[in-house]
Amino acid sequence: MGKVIVVTSGKGGVGKTTSTAALGAALAQRNERVVVVDFDVGLRNLDLVMGAERRVVYDLINVIQGEAKLTQALIRDKRLETLYLLPASQTRDKDNLTPEGVERVITELKRVFDWVICDSPAGIESGATLAMRHADMAVVVTNPEVSSVRDSDRIIGLLDSKTMKAERGERMEKHLLLTRYDANRAERGDMLKVEDVLEILSIPLLGIIPESMDVLRASNIGSPVTLADARSAPAMAYFDAARRLAGEVLPITIPGEKRGIFGKIFARRAA
Amino acid sequence: MTIFNLFRKQRSAPTARERLQVLLAHERSSSGSDLVSLLREEILAVIAKHVQVDSDKVQVKMDRDENVTILEIDVEIPLGAVSQAA
Repeated sequence: MGKVIVVTSGKGGVGKTTSTAALGAALAQRNERVVVVDFDVGLRNLDLVMGAERRVVYDLINVIQGEAKLTQALIRDKRLETLYLLPASQTRDKDNLTPEGVERVITELKRVFDWVICDSPAGIESGATLAMRHADMAVVVTNPEVSSVRDSDRIIGLLDSKTMKAERGERMEKHLLLTRYDANRAERGDMLKVEDVLEILSIPLLGIIPESMDVLRASNIGSPVTLADARSAPAMAYFDAARRLAGEVLPITIPGEKRGIFGKIFARRAA
Repeated sequence: MTIFNLFRKQRSAPTARERLQVLLAHERSSSGSDLVSLLREEILAVIAKHVQVDSDKVQVKMDRDENVTILEIDVEIPLGAVSQAA
């Protein structure tokens, strides 16, 4: 049985879709079978970030409504054999996303894939709660910025109350992915530091993705950043995060800091 | 994306602009996107009228560029199903 991960944040624009694509590709680059699922009905973008926007025929709603088989709706990545995309619908009403339908699709996907990564829409409406509903673990994407941290806190509350795991009385595994981090600005005191965000949200750290031109460049060309430029700083940070998701214990490094001089390697445990 | 690795200085914004133009041209002309799904449904309905096809054996693919949309419908028709219909 595969693992279901929700990539969520509450706030929009913090990097959920970018992170879904990058983590999904990073896991597939380890030869694991991965499907990334877009839950943002009406405002889909995962197809665009994955570079598959011209190939969408059927979508999640078609599958839920019984108009297409799951195998017909899955789009295989052109670069990675084990990476698939299940796009959201661009035209249909999000009310078509039913709890029963979502459960059926996720159950089917879990049987075939090692990883089912659900890209949540922003907000706390039904799309977001359905995306997290069947998750085994959550990746909370947060920017070092006050409104993002506040919204993440709200989402953590929902993860602990509105998910199947929570309702069964189990503990939802939650991981913080700090994105758009600028070590220099944090050092100067112009940006919240890693420690600040960790102290406020108090969930374990999955990784720190540096603010980088490479992320925009990757989305421009329609490629997950781990595929577009595997040696760029954000790609390496996503590779590490993917390894931690898979259970490896790695020291967290803060990208962009002068590690050579100060050896600022945080031996913080990830999981 | 080897080409982008070879020419690291190459700007990616023109690629982004082109991809968006193609995508939005298709999305804005809602009649265009409806046509594709209409064709898809009707073609499959016609096939189903004459041949019993396992819906697992139907692959629908699409590819769009600036000027055309290619709708590719791949149907596996088993021998038995053909004689049945005839």
